[in-house]
Amino acid sequence: MGTVTTTTLQQPQAEEYRVHYLNAKYGIKSWLLTTDHKRIAWLYLVSTTFFFVIGGVAAAMMRLNLVSPQGAIVQPETYNKLFTIHGTIMIFFFLAPAVPTVLGNFLIPMMIGARDVAFPRLNLLSWYIFITAGMIFIYSVIAGGVDTGWTFYTPLSTSYVNTHVISAAMAVFISGFSSILTGLNFVVTIHKMRAPGLTWFRLPLFIWSMYAASLIFILAMPVIAITMVLVMLERLFHVGIFDPALGGDPILFQHLFWFFGHPEVYILVLPAMGVISELIAAFSRRRVFGYGFVGFSSFAIAVLSFLVWGHHMFVSGQSVYAGIFFSAMSMAVAIPSAVKVFNWTATLYKGSVSYEAPMLYALGFIGLFTIGGLTGVFLASLGLDVFLHDTYFVIAHFHFIMVGGAVMGYMGGLHYWWPKMTGKLYPDYWARLAACIIFIGFVLTFGPQFILGFEGLPRRYAMYPPNFQFLNIMSSAGASILAVGYIMPLFYLVWSLKYGPEAGPNPWGAKGLEWETASPPPVHNFDKTPVVTEEAYAYGAHPAPVTTAAS
Amino acid sequence: MLCLLPLLPKQASTVAPSVDHLLWFVIGISVFFTALIFLLLLVFAIKYRRRAPDEVPQQIHGNIPLELTWTIIPIIIVIVIFVWGVDLFVRERRAPMDAVHVYVVGKQWMWKLQHPEGPREINTLHVPVGVPVELTLTSQDVIHDFAVPAFRIKTDVLPDRYTTEWFTATRTGRFPLYCDQYCGTFHSEMRGDVIVMTLPQYETWLSGEMHHTETMAAAGEKLYESYGCITCHGTGKAPPFVGLYGAKVRLEGGQTVIADDRYIRQSILDPSSQVVLGYKPIMPTFQGQISEDQILQIIAYIQSLANTPGAQGAESAKETK
Repeated sequence: MGTVTTTTLQQPQAEEYRVHYLNAKYGIKSWLLTTDHKRIAWLYLVSTTFFFVIGGVAAAMMRLNLVSPQGAIVQPETYNKLFTIHGTIMIFFFLAPAVPTVLGNFLIPMMIGARDVAFPRLNLLSWYIFITAGMIFIYSVIAGGVDTGWTFYTPLSTSYVNTHVISAAMAVFISGFSSILTGLNFVVTIHKMRAPGLTWFRLPLFIWSMYAASLIFILAMPVIAITMVLVMLERLFHVGIFDPALGGDPILFQHLFWFFGHPEVYILVLPAMGVISELIAAFSRRRVFGYGFVGFSSFAIAVLSFLVWGHHMFVSGQSVYAGIFFSAMSMAVAIPSAVKVFNWTATLYKGSVSYEAPMLYALGFIGLFTIGGLTGVFLASLGLDVFLHDTYFVIAHFHFIMVGGAVMGYMGGLHYWWPKMTGKLYPDYWARLAACIIFIGFVLTFGPQFILGFEGLPRRYAMYPPNFQFLNIMSSAGASILAVGYIMPLFYLVWSLKYGPEAGPNPWGAKGLEWETASPPPVHNFDKTPVVTEEAYAYGAHPAPVTTAAS
Repeated sequence: MLCLLPLLPKQASTVAPSVDHLLWFVIGISVFFTALIFLLLLVFAIKYRRRAPDEVPQQIHGNIPLELTWTIIPIIIVIVIFVWGVDLFVRERRAPMDAVHVYVVGKQWMWKLQHPEGPREINTLHVPVGVPVELTLTSQDVIHDFAVPAFRIKTDVLPDRYTTEWFTATRTGRFPLYCDQYCGTFHSEMRGDVIVMTLPQYETWLSGEMHHTETMAAAGEKLYESYGCITCHGTGKAPPFVGLYGAKVRLEGGQTVIADDRYIRQSILDPSSQVVLGYKPIMPTFQGQISEDQILQIIAYIQSLANTPGAQGAESAKETK
């Protein structure tokens, strides 16, 4: 490929001073007013981690409460607030932004050989909008919380609960704009900023899935923003939109909400799927098997994601014919998902597989996403959904997708590109240990919930009949293991910032433009505009040398 | 310990075995593919582990027949699951014609049930075994959901709307009933029991309860008088109720509707929305003045008039404006 910049140190003692994006400027203003996509990625990393901790604490309190059928620590009202906080924060302030705004921001320009995103100042504005929305939600939590569930179902949310619905809805409304602007920025960047020679079919698959996710951002987020405005209008001014007592229709809310809500699920998982394609290729030194099929399946998922919303409403009084249509479309989504899983698995075949921490996350992702996807088929089936809808089976299913899928992908990506972002290596032993603990903790937490669902335990129950206690205790025990797994990276990654050995430009021996520049990258990413002459993941053509600081 | 917890609740309705058949089929498919993927990952990861740091494996770009195989096989499988699921859904939704009716009103945070014979219950539903039961459900506040896992059924219970749900119990006993749709602070306390009894036991229970109550239709007839419906509907100024239930009604504007539960409910709460052809829109709305339970009683009363001999007269009265 084009330029190969290395900062190979001949003598480790005589460390030459190199200017890169982290040390080019100092001071709080240099961060808060930066337009560098790499620094904005850090702003997002710190803020989404903050929200993840809050959402995680809420989850931990829920699991603790569920140890006892009567509720071990809090009253039902508080429990209802906890699951609302957990759901809203995790969906809108952690999962949706995590991979796109942290890894996407950092990597899209790097991977396509650009100096920055197309609209750097808009990019910073997105972060400010995001943090404003986040702070408004935190305000609603501190002011007393909100107990509608993250789904804000009407007329409960508009006419019945007495909690801070307006500020929570306002937070969701505002956060939508951040995502719309980010999506827009990414789409333009991918269209217009690619390096010479980087044709669409030479793009890394991460770019393909970020592109697909960005399209969903642009199309779905306006819908939730409008819906939240309508919720606020009805709650504040009693405009009859959703509440039948005011002449509205509560099912209309569900249509609007899930028209956004289901594509949202793919916003969470598509970017993570892109990460997995990168990890699987790098750690088996193979081009992703069936590159075109994996790429196009992202778009198939993006398109179908807009046609499946009614599967949330099979038992809501929707017509049988609508149910049949949405069931068929939901079944169809299983196909591109299955195609991805088979292709990733086939990539390992006759590869050169190594098991550094990112690869463990990738393997974990494939396994857990497979279970998450297959259990989705249960719920897409009309006849079975009547039995399983709104039970713990649903909780288990979507946590396999969102945590087993999206979070595993995010963690894998963070570990894979951490040396690029920081220029430092973290201790791989601890990272692998954490990956294994997260996998085991996750399965123990959510595996029992499938059985709770079969047994009929409804979701969002602060108290439950005593016969469900054993499985609930198992699930809570698993959650404590999962918590340990999530806390560990906070320590060793922060430790690596100061004490980690120098990473060098390409510690994994991976292909891709981002590995051809220094770690951490220079302010403008590349010293010279790279020219691309080969397809993505061309491991066979010219093996990428492992260039660590010590080599 | 796990042996104390069966994977599924005991099957207690006629559709439950059908649900479980499909469920076990999909579980089987899922276990097979999960095992396949885990096994392949494990075997490949071990067999093709990196043996030298600078190892460069043979590059394989893809394989079209293989891609087609793992596209077409899942397509066939999901088509089977889809068709099977639709068929099951239709059976779950379509109540037998001879079902007995029970009326359910959900409110934060309790279930109010009433049998046409009169007995009312809170959070408990007594039904006979082997007899199809159709529930007509509505909510007087937020959305609830009436779920009985042992019967493998559930339906959302909405304000301003009637939904239905049916089952034929196949086993006597006490089966938990849950609200499955989050409905506010004490959502998790909105639960109860369905008590399935043998037919003689049920009849004993019913007649015992009936001593201190009147039938829903009788209660509805009293409301018909006390709310003053009788002054118009009993004098020809408004459409008569005899033979109305289930009949076709022509409206101003040429539309034709079936006089079902929904039509009657809407006519009480929003009379001007569907004025019967040939009558003046003089009826006031009863929105906010009449409870969901009372509306159901009036419906039961109108229903009780459906099969009386005067039915044809009413029908023709409507047809000839």
